Amino acid sequence: MSILEYNGAAMIAMAGKDCVGIAADRRLGIQAQTVSTDFTKVFKMNDTIHVGLGGLATDVQTLHNILKFRMGLYELREEREMTPQVFSHLLSTLLYEKRFGPYFVEPIVAGLDAKTNKPFLSSMDLIGAPVQTKDFVVSGTCTGNLYGMCETLYKPDLEPDALFETLAQALLASVDRDALSGWGGVVHIITKDGVTTRELKGRQD
Amino acid sequence: MDTVFGIQFKGGVVLAADQSNARSILVYQNNLDKVKQLSSHSAMGVSGPNADLVNFTEYIAKNLALYELANDGTKLSTKAQANFCRNELAVALRKGPYQVNLLLGGYDEKEMTGSLYFLDYMASLQKVPYGSQGYASSFCLSIMDKEYKEGLSESDALLIVEHSIKEIATRFLINQPNFMIKIIDKDGVRVHSFGADPAET
Repeated sequence: MSILEYNGAAMIAMAGKDCVGIAADRRLGIQAQTVSTDFTKVFKMNDTIHVGLGGLATDVQTLHNILKFRMGLYELREEREMTPQVFSHLLSTLLYEKRFGPYFVEPIVAGLDAKTNKPFLSSMDLIGAPVQTKDFVVSGTCTGNLYGMCETLYKPDLEPDALFETLAQALLASVDRDALSGWGGVVHIITKDGVTTRELKGRQD
Repeated sequence: MDTVFGIQFKGGVVLAADQSNARSILVYQNNLDKVKQLSSHSAMGVSGPNADLVNFTEYIAKNLALYELANDGTKLSTKAQANFCRNELAVALRKGPYQVNLLLGGYDEKEMTGSLYFLDYMASLQKVPYGSQGYASSFCLSIMDKEYKEGLSESDALLIVEHSIKEIATRFLINQPNFMIKIIDKDGVRVHSFGADPAET
């Protein structure tokens, strides 16, 4: 089994009208066995940036700590908040620094530009090769399922409530056919007015 | 081959581990204490090679003691201790990993509750209401899934522990005759029972 599939994960980030959403499953497994059903894989970095870290659980937690540290340093030095573009680039650089001994994480970044309220989406592989898209990004052990669901259900310029529904349905349908992900979900919808977080209950298997 | 499991109950945590010290086909010892005390109100059940068990637990326990000495008696919360362990394991992972799978349990005065943390050898940390490490998982987790209720009492938690040990004795291939059971609550870490006295040489 691949190291990236050891713990299991599924996540999507999607753009809407002046809003962005990010969703992930809740399973922490050790190969076939489920250890926990409330493992956090999506982290709020600041009011405008959320990052989804999918892959080896230890590196998910290590990378989250490193990113929190680096954001804190940035804010102390620059006396301003990090923008999603800068965050994404920082993450890419961090990962490539470990090019020949990488963190086994394939992250997705969802953010909102503070001034224009335009959505920002990016994803990268475990050595930091970035991709920026306008519609959606996915990561995890069932990317095939996720891409299919997103391509089918996505419509541009969805309002926050419609975006939530789309994300929830795309995630739940995808993880139901993957043994390594699922056991619930969490969806964060980010708008200029704040973040709304909702828990999903799907098939508990 | 080690069996380690733990359950959180109202007002504390119970940790249990088998007492066999074995490698390959040879059993060196059957009164080993694998539930190592870390601080006054925390302990961890450890699964893995004896060398890493001893070295890692002593390193963590002494560092926790040093923190208290250096910080005017301030005790670290169970969550802080678990995250400290996680960090040490994560740093060692890509240098010279400690091959220990842990269940860290502790009692916090401030919240007046116990908490249990699952920590595997790769430094994946998760707070859990009950958990197990090793082959025991295949036998015990389902029992705990069925019988655990939030806010259950110490005696109910011990019943689940007994039930799990019985199941392992019945169905697990490896013979593990002795189990060390420790309870962590407001009064600290105490031995509830053991199969064989670790103090006997």
